[in-house]
Amino acid sequence: MAGSMRPAGDYRTTYASDRTIFPTSGSFYAVCLGIALLCTGPFFLSSYSLALLIQIGIYGIGALGLNILVGFTGQISLGHAAFFGFGAFTSAYLSSKFAVPVALSIPLAGIVTGLLGVIVGLPAARLKGLYLAIATLASQFVLQDFFSRAQWFTGGAAGASAEPYRLFGLSLSGDQKYLYVVLFHVVVMYVFAANLMRTRDGRAMVAVRDHYLSAEIMGVNLTYYRILAFGISSLYAGVAGALMAHYTSFVSSEAFDLLLSVNFLAMVIIGGLGSVMGSLMGTVFIMVLPEVMQAAVRNIQGLGFAQSSAFTEGLAYLKEMAIGLAIVLFLIFEPDGLAARWRKIRAYWKLYPFSY
Amino acid sequence: MNTTLLVQLLVNGVIVGALYGVVAMCFVLIYKASQVVNFAQGEFVLIGAWACWWLVATLKLPFWLSFPVCLVFMALLGVLVQVIVLRPLIGEPVISIVMVTIGLSIFFQALLKWMFGVFVQPFPQVFETQTVQILGLNVESAYLMSLAISLVIMAGFAYFFKYSRMGLAMRATAFDQQAAQSMGVSVKQVFAISWAISSVVSALAGVVVGLVSGVSASVANVGVKVFPAVIVGGLESIIGGVLGGLIIGLLEGLAQFVDSEYLHVGNLITIAPFYAMLIILLIKPYGLFGTKTIERV
Repeated sequence: MAGSMRPAGDYRTTYASDRTIFPTSGSFYAVCLGIALLCTGPFFLSSYSLALLIQIGIYGIGALGLNILVGFTGQISLGHAAFFGFGAFTSAYLSSKFAVPVALSIPLAGIVTGLLGVIVGLPAARLKGLYLAIATLASQFVLQDFFSRAQWFTGGAAGASAEPYRLFGLSLSGDQKYLYVVLFHVVVMYVFAANLMRTRDGRAMVAVRDHYLSAEIMGVNLTYYRILAFGISSLYAGVAGALMAHYTSFVSSEAFDLLLSVNFLAMVIIGGLGSVMGSLMGTVFIMVLPEVMQAAVRNIQGLGFAQSSAFTEGLAYLKEMAIGLAIVLFLIFEPDGLAARWRKIRAYWKLYPFSY
Repeated sequence: MNTTLLVQLLVNGVIVGALYGVVAMCFVLIYKASQVVNFAQGEFVLIGAWACWWLVATLKLPFWLSFPVCLVFMALLGVLVQVIVLRPLIGEPVISIVMVTIGLSIFFQALLKWMFGVFVQPFPQVFETQTVQILGLNVESAYLMSLAISLVIMAGFAYFFKYSRMGLAMRATAFDQQAAQSMGVSVKQVFAISWAISSVVSALAGVVVGLVSGVSASVANVGVKVFPAVIVGGLESIIGGVLGGLIIGLLEGLAQFVDSEYLHVGNLITIAPFYAMLIILLIKPYGLFGTKTIERV
């Protein structure tokens, strides 16, 4: 690991220093400190903020999976929520019908969903760009239809129930204990993704994104890596969905609609395409935005002018509008997302006051 | 086999299909001219329907007046969306364009729900008779009007693209933006006008749907059904869009028939177009009339 500060400019002379996850020891300690802080969270946070943190963690895993597909490999998917849902149903099915321990059924659900992703990703071998987006849109609807139809698997309209999380006879179900479960999975999945991007496979995916014709000429097997990216991204979605299933202990097919897919894409785009930490930033943004809207509406109501009740009644729509507007504004003004904004802020302070 | 039901469903299929065809045409128009995939097409249909409904039901204007006012409003809206949202994104990757129109669609949908509520609002009576009998089949008169309007619009499009100066400029832009620009075509103007036309024609379709079954958020579902239609027909072909719409409409009618007579699975009608689309994408991704792109390094 390099020193605590990095010199201005690009002085990296070895491949190892180019590949490093933490450019300075400071960034490593900052991440460790953040995780340690989150571990102490259950002792002083309200259960509402804990629930928000848990959801950020779960959706963060799903968003990271989508970022591997969209941001690193350049394949568009509008069907991520369907995989998320498939993971949730698979874990619920395995844990309740076959009495698989939940700690095991979550990764198993991830693997099964990954395999499904490979099958659904087969069109990706032939399609790209827009046509792929439309094909994944179709698979979103087809899978959603399957959820509402497959009584034996999903419980149909009634939904399926999922077992609570238990480890060594210890129940980890309430918000306070489940936070640790989610945190563990988040750390594992993010470390895996960060390392994946340092391997040959990760670099091949980035090559497919940047210029697929050149990549193919350089000996990258396009079909293989496109389908692999679909598989890995679905694996992430499956794990996230399974975590969600055991958190809410009830899975209903209505939750996994196109809007959730779009929300995942919004997280990835607002966070920053092709950035591992960006996926988490985007998730935080999308999850916190509705809370901010709620607080804003409460303040407007506090002012007490005549039309204020219209805002409280339309709160649900205001939240949706805020997300739609955030997507549009980010794409116009900050297309590289929060991760790029964060890099710019750091670069500005590194050279302050001579920032050019 | 219940022949009357089959014929009735197929006739309905053709009529609904013509509507899909019109919306698909709008979609293709925007895609051809400005390479933008408009995921908010359904919302434009819905906005048109609500705008006309608001003029007729709330302001109590007569239909013959509110209809053109609504179309003018839609033309302005189309231009505004193009100039404010899409123009800064020229040259950005496909994912950005797809996402920005999805963002727009979320925004508009929530806004409309907030403004007009979630319940179906029926149009005040516009036609004297709701249904007419043709060859012993019940056909809604608004559907007949929609079929007539669709045919007129299609003929209008054909004339516009073949003979008018603007239409030729649009075709030139669709073929090669740089070449068109160097020949004196204002590409900006072409983009703006293509959005205006597209949103006006979408609104037409929206008003027709609203007249038949009332206005509600589900009118925007046409925007999703457009994708199977344009994929079957080919993304770059206006005729393909129309034919694709008809094919998807017929397929829906057929699916409903098979469902109600034999399979009894419930919602085959909503899902069949997407299976058709997946199959088409796998065997003939460029559709019936789409242009196959050849890439050279």
